[in-house]
Amino acid sequence: MDFSYSEEQQMLQNSVSKFIQQDYDFDRRCKLVASDIGFSQENWQLFAELGWLMVPFKAEDGGLGGSAIDLMVVMEEFGRGLVVEPFLASVVLSGSLIANGASESQKRELLGLLMDGQLQLAFAFAEPQSRYNLADVATTAVREGDNYILNGHKAVVLNGEGADKLLVAVRTGGSQIDGNGITLLLVEANVEGVHRQGYTTVDGHRAAEVKFRNVKVPVANRVGEEGTALPVIERAMDWATLALCAEAVGAMDKIYKKTIEYTKTREQFGVAIGKFQALQHRMVDMFTEYEQARSILLMAALQLDSNKGMAPKAVSAAKSRTGKAARLIGQEAIQLHGGIGVTEELDVSHYFKRLTTIQYLFGSSDFHTLRFAGH
Amino acid sequence: MNIDFSSEELAFQQAVQKFLQEKLPADIREWTLKEIPLGKEDFVRWQKILYEQGWAATNWPVEHGGTGWTPTQKYIWANECANFGAPDVIPFGFKMVAPVIFTYGSEEQKQRFLPDILESNVWWCQGYSEPNAGSDLASLKTTAVRDGDEYIVNGTKTWTTLGQYADWIFCLVRTGGTEVKNQAAISFLLIEMNHPGITVSPIMTLGGHHEVNEVHFNNVRVPVGNRIGEEGQGWTYAKVLLTHERTGIARVASSKKRLKTLKKLASETCDGDANLLENPAFSQKLAEVEIDLLALEYTELRALAAVSTGQAPGPESSILKIKGTEIAQQLDELYMETAGYYGMPFVSNQFTSDFDGERVGPGVITSSVPRYINNRKASIYGGSNEIQKNIISKWVLGL
Ligand SMILES: Cc1cc2nc3c(=O)[nH]c(=O)nc-3n(C[C@H](O)[C@H](O)[C@H](O)COP(=O)(O)OP(=O)(O)OC[C@H]3O[C@@H](n4cnc5c(N)ncnc54)[C@H](O)[C@@H]3O)c2cc1C
Repeated sequence: MDFSYSEEQQMLQNSVSKFIQQDYDFDRRCKLVASDIGFSQENWQLFAELGWLMVPFKAEDGGLGGSAIDLMVVMEEFGRGLVVEPFLASVVLSGSLIANGASESQKRELLGLLMDGQLQLAFAFAEPQSRYNLADVATTAVREGDNYILNGHKAVVLNGEGADKLLVAVRTGGSQIDGNGITLLLVEANVEGVHRQGYTTVDGHRAAEVKFRNVKVPVANRVGEEGTALPVIERAMDWATLALCAEAVGAMDKIYKKTIEYTKTREQFGVAIGKFQALQHRMVDMFTEYEQARSILLMAALQLDSNKGMAPKAVSAAKSRTGKAARLIGQEAIQLHGGIGVTEELDVSHYFKRLTTIQYLFGSSDFHTLRFAGH
Repeated sequence: MNIDFSSEELAFQQAVQKFLQEKLPADIREWTLKEIPLGKEDFVRWQKILYEQGWAATNWPVEHGGTGWTPTQKYIWANECANFGAPDVIPFGFKMVAPVIFTYGSEEQKQRFLPDILESNVWWCQGYSEPNAGSDLASLKTTAVRDGDEYIVNGTKTWTTLGQYADWIFCLVRTGGTEVKNQAAISFLLIEMNHPGITVSPIMTLGGHHEVNEVHFNNVRVPVGNRIGEEGQGWTYAKVLLTHERTGIARVASSKKRLKTLKKLASETCDGDANLLENPAFSQKLAEVEIDLLALEYTELRALAAVSTGQAPGPESSILKIKGTEIAQQLDELYMETAGYYGMPFVSNQFTSDFDGERVGPGVITSSVPRYINNRKASIYGGSNEIQKNIISKWVLGL
C-alpha cells in the first residue's frame, strides 16, 4: 500500500502550486472574474505550455497518460487558487467526450488544438427540466439529408459563451427520458440559429443559456454512433465529477486552515476567539470533514484508474461525501469569521461561494447518495 | 388551553385580508413574494399606507400610536402579511429604537421622535457594533466627551445596516471612563446623520449587495438632550432592546410561507419520471424542516403569551433567534436543491420590473444560491447564534 505521489506527480503538483502562489493571488483572480471573458487567455496559453491541458488524455491521444490521480493533483491546486479558467468545462468534461466518443479523425482534428490551448469547448447537456438526469433530453435533432436539424434549449452551459464549439446532447430517438436515442453533435458556436445568453455564475465562473433554432449540423459532426451517446456522457461526467471533488478538497483545505488562523488572531472578550471551546470543537469538525473528503476522493480516483467497473459508484460516493464536507466547512468558515465573513472583500467568502456551487454541480449529495445506493 | 381563534379574532383576520387585498401595492407584493430586495422608497411607501391604517406600530402601546394588539392578533397579522406578500417594516425605527424611547426617554423625546417613526418620515439605523467590538459589544470604543451642552463623538461604527439611507443613528457610546469593558460608562445617544463630521462608507457583502456600512464620527457635536435616559445606563437599555430584536427574528410566518412556496416549486420540478417532492431524500428533509418549524411556531406562541401577561421577553427568546435562523437557512438549502443548475446564475436585478434584459431560469428559484449565500448573515447579526447559546447557558441554565 502506498499513498505517495510518483516523482512526476510531485513535479506536476509543484508546478501548479507554484503558479497559484505566485501568479494567482486573490486580487488578480477578482480582476479576471470582472473582465470581459472572465478568465485570462495568457494563463490559458501558459497552462498549455506547461502541459496541464494534456493531463486528462491518454498517451496514445497525445496526452500525459490520463490518470485520475494526475487530474486530482491539478484540480486540487486549482481549488486552492479558485481558478476560473475553464479547464473543467472545456478540457476535462468536453475533452473526455471527444477522447472516448469521437472517431480517430475527429480526435486528430480536435484534441491537438484543445491541448494546445487553441480550442475552447463546452458541453451542453442540462435542460431547464432535466435536473441531474442525464437521460432527460428534450432537445431534438432530426435527420434531413446530410444534416441534422437541431432545436431546443440547454441550460447553464458551463463555458457556453466562450466556447468555439459546443458538444450538444440531443435526442434522435426514443422518449424524452429514454437512455437510448441520445446522440452527441459537435456544433460550431457561431452558426445561424444558435443563440447564446452568457452570464456570470455566483462563484465567478461563466455559463450560458444556449438555444437552438433550426440549426443545421452536418452528419459528419456527429460524435459516435447515433443514439448511443449516454455511456460516453456518463463516463465524462464521472471524470468531471471527480475533478470537481478534487477542486473542492483543495478549496476546503485552504479555508479550514484560514479559519483556524483567523480565530487565533481575532480577539473578543479579551482573548483570541480560538480559545473558546465551543469554536474549537467546530474547527475539529471542519478538519475531520476535510480529512474524510480527502480520503473518499483518493478512493474514487484509484477506482477510476483501476478500471474495475466500480468507477460510477465510487464517484458518487465521493461527490456525496465531498458535498457534505463542502457544506459544513463553507458554512462554518463564514460563521466563525463573523461579520467580516459575509463581505466581498474577504477571500474566504469566495471560496464559500465556489464550495456552494460545487455542492450542486453535476448532482447534489442527495442525488449521488441515491445513485450510490443503486436508485 | 385553547388555540382556536375566537369569532372576534376571525373577524380581525378577515379585516386584515381585506386590507392587504386592497392596499398592498402590486409591485411591492410581487417583489416580496419573489424575495427581491426592496428599495427605501418601497418600504416607505408601504409603511405610510400602514400608518394611514393605524397599523404601522404593532409592538407599541396604544398611547403612542401603536396597535395594542393581543399576541393572537400579532400572530394573525404576521401570517397574513407573509402569505400575502407584504414586507416586514424596517425594524430600526419601529422595533429597535422606539421601544427604548417610549420606555426610557423623556416626554420631550417621545414627542420629538416617535411621531416621525410612526409616519415613516425618518429612517433610523443601528450603531452598536464596531470593528473590534462585535460579539463583545461592551468593549466598544466610540467616545462621547461632554463639552457644555454637547457631547463630542469620535469613533467608528460598523455593519450599519441600511445606514446609507439613514437620517438618524442610535448609538452606544462611551461617556466618561475610557476603561474598556466598563459597562457603566456606556450611554445611549441619538445622532443626526447629516452632521459634516459623519462619513458613511459602503461595505459590499458576498452576494454583491450594499446593505451594510461603516460610519465614521469625527468630532461630531451632539446635544446632550439627544441622550436617552441616564448617562452610563445605555448598556441596560440596549439589552432590553436586544431582546425585542430577538423575538422578531424567529421569522416563523415568513418561513411558513417560504416552505409552502417551496413545496409548490418542488412539485413542479421534474426528477426522473417523477417530481422532486416525490424524491425520498428531498421529501424527508423537507418534512423534517416543516416539523421543526411547527415546533418553533408553538415555542414562539408560548413566548408571546408570556409577554402578554406582562413579562418582558426573557432570555428564552434567544431560542427563537437560533432556531428561526437555522430553519430559514435550511429552507435556503432546499431551494438550492430544487433549483439544481438554475441556482447558480448571478444576473443581478433580473426580476425587478424595470429589468430590460433577457431573464434566465424558471423564476423564483433561479439564483437561490446567491440568496442562500446572502442569508448566512442571519446567524451572525443580532448577536451571533454562538452568543445566543452563551446567553442561554448562562442566564437560563445557570451554567
Ligand atoms: C449583514 C449584517 C448586518 C448587521 N447589521 C448591524 C447593524 O445594523 N448594527 C449593528 O450595530 N451591528 C450590525 N451587525 C453586526 C453584528 O451584530 C456582528 O457582526 C455580530 O455581533 C458579530 O460580531 P463580529 O462580526 O465582530 O464577529 P466576532 O465577534 O468577531 O465573532 C466571530 C465568531 O466568533 C464567535 N464568538 C465570539 N465570541 C464567542 C464566545 N464567547 N463564545 C463562542 N463563540 C464566540 C462568534 O459567534 C462568531 O462566530 C450586522 C452584521 C451583519 C453580518
